[in-house]
Amino acid sequence: MSNPAYVVAKENDNRSIWRFIFNELKPKGKWLTPFNIISIPIILLGLALIVIRFWKGIGSITNLTQEIPWGLWIGFDVVTGVAFAGGAYVLTFMVYILNLKKYHSIVRITVLNGFLAYVFYAGALLLDLGRPWNVVNPIIGNNFGTSSVLFLVAWHFMLYMIAELIEFSPTIAEWLGARRARKILSGMTIGAVIFGITLSTLHQSGLGALYLMAKDKIHPLWYSEFIPVLFLVSSIFAGLSMVIFEGSISHKVFFSKISEKNHKAQKGILTGLSKICAGAMFAYFFLQLLVFIHGKHWDLLNSPMGYWFLVEMFGFVLLPMLLFVYSYRKSNILMVRVAAILTMLGIIINRLNVTVIGFRWDAPVHYFPSWMEIVVTLAVIFTEIWIFRWIINRMPVLNDPPSWAKED
Amino acid sequence: MIINLNIKTMSLDRRNFIKTIGFAGLTLAVGKGFGSPNPNEDDTEFHAMLFDSTICIGCRSCENACAKAHDFPEPDDELKAGVIRKTNETRRGVINKYDTSKGELFVRNQCMHCNEPACAAACLTQAMYKTREGPVIWREDKCMGCRYCMVSCPFDVPKFEYHSANPKIQKCDMCYDRIIKGEIPACAEACGDALIFGTRRELLAEAHKRIAENPKDYNGKIYGEDVAGGTGLLYLASADFDELGFNTKLQNSSYPELSKGFLFSVPSIFVLLPPLLLGIREATKNNLPKEEENE
Ligand code: SF4
Ligand code: SF4
Repeated sequence: MSNPAYVVAKENDNRSIWRFIFNELKPKGKWLTPFNIISIPIILLGLALIVIRFWKGIGSITNLTQEIPWGLWIGFDVVTGVAFAGGAYVLTFMVYILNLKKYHSIVRITVLNGFLAYVFYAGALLLDLGRPWNVVNPIIGNNFGTSSVLFLVAWHFMLYMIAELIEFSPTIAEWLGARRARKILSGMTIGAVIFGITLSTLHQSGLGALYLMAKDKIHPLWYSEFIPVLFLVSSIFAGLSMVIFEGSISHKVFFSKISEKNHKAQKGILTGLSKICAGAMFAYFFLQLLVFIHGKHWDLLNSPMGYWFLVEMFGFVLLPMLLFVYSYRKSNILMVRVAAILTMLGIIINRLNVTVIGFRWDAPVHYFPSWMEIVVTLAVIFTEIWIFRWIINRMPVLNDPPSWAKED
Repeated sequence: MIINLNIKTMSLDRRNFIKTIGFAGLTLAVGKGFGSPNPNEDDTEFHAMLFDSTICIGCRSCENACAKAHDFPEPDDELKAGVIRKTNETRRGVINKYDTSKGELFVRNQCMHCNEPACAAACLTQAMYKTREGPVIWREDKCMGCRYCMVSCPFDVPKFEYHSANPKIQKCDMCYDRIIKGEIPACAEACGDALIFGTRRELLAEAHKRIAENPKDYNGKIYGEDVAGGTGLLYLASADFDELGFNTKLQNSSYPELSKGFLFSVPSIFVLLPPLLLGIREATKNNLPKEEENE
């Protein structure tokens, strides 16, 4: 690694460490990129809206009602976002548990992505809490609401963020040139991975289990006692599709950072991932079918909500699944990407169907997010991308770690 | 008519509910039995209210008494059949008028004070809390405003102050502060007739007695005896409950039961999955040479 920063940092002089971090905080590269031009005003507007929200109450910028207390911020930011962040647990499972070394080169970026996703979705959750100053209550025991699925999910979010931070920490140590710390932190990786996978299994399904008590409020085509299982299985291909999608973009945007060897490996990785996606989607489709037959809702299919259900199942599960199969048979990378995007749309549709569209589908007044809720959501996503970009440009996430790290 | 005099004792219901809490406590393996009072030690019975719509004349003194007791504005909108007035942030209980096959009837709507409340099971801080006296109360210092109680309550009872920077959840608490002082809820005190207060066991017996003595005046059922696992608000009416704005499609078993299965599976996954993962890791490690391209 020829980056002089590492040399500076390695001197281990306190003052130079701070100077190094200060230098790193400064922006690198051009300012007037299209992404910046779009994202900066939205982030600023979002911040202004957040101020209003804390000043005048949640109702001042959202369309939430007494009957529909959870809207876009929960249904999309949290429930959908966490499904997309599932890539991290699936990939660490493949690399560290199944020892599929082929995927090693994309572990770091996926874990980083997952970690940031959780940090920002937990952040979005704070915006949605009416009394956020009490957010520590379930952690400090005022009180432990242990019969609550949300209690479980809250704890898991927190613990999982720590696990992912540990998984990612060797990269930070490499960036700072902290050799000893890196050694200790890498030693913790496997433990963090195993803990993280266990937590993920439980809270990916837990997000579905949140809605189990809302039995009479969710459209019967989307409510069943199997929501947790469906959420868990779909988080596998939701996460991997995100990995494919994000990987394709990073490959273009951060082209120069990726080594020759990893560029060549990309094709193999993508076809491998599409195989797994196709398998998981097949299982998911089959489960949905069983749940549907079990629920005996044939009559409901012939209604607008029924058509919508069929669109979701055939257009956004079966179709992308077939595309994944096609793409790995023909090793067609373009098709892999198309399939991944369709799958992601399908996940968004599915999660919103459970949490927003199908929730109180029969209410006289429907909830539709206000433009302000949408702006805040976009602001959260853009801020996340900013931080993501900042880290990629500085730490050895996509590029190879410094040579000293390999020797250890 | 055969009347089922199967009266459930309240302490039993409570014990079941607390069992849920206790088991789920294993969830995180942070400690055992925290937070839940020992159910065996006390025999306080659940309190309840019985509303008999054959007696109610729609005078709304209960509404006014509630507003006065909690510093809410006095309700001044008219009652009209066909217009359903809902409870909201400044109105914890309402009377509505219905045109039914048995004529014009009035029905009260407020928190049902379920035996096994979905809201309390949902609450991750136990801000929503089923007291041993029966009322389900909300505790300001614990609540973080997540509104999961609202998502979970099958009767859509908890209301949130969307336009406040320090929002509260508003719902009827059966005047818990008065009950522990030995007084009765403000609404029941103001009414004294159609809406009465007592222990759930007494009131259930009373309701069955009324049906048995005047079977022609009643529809034969008690709303609240079984719905959602039994509730602390019991209703009698002449017309069918469907006609009176009651949700008769709700299940009779308790709502927390619905997520119990999931919560119960959590400890076993925590115990079983990590060693399994470790085992798989060891197994796959030995078989593969380094840098293997395997799928
Ligand atoms: S009616 Fe709703 S708010 Fe009242 S105790 Fe039952 S679940 Fe809780
Ligand atoms: S809003 Fe408050 S009372 Fe309701 S579930 Fe959340 S923390 Fe509990």
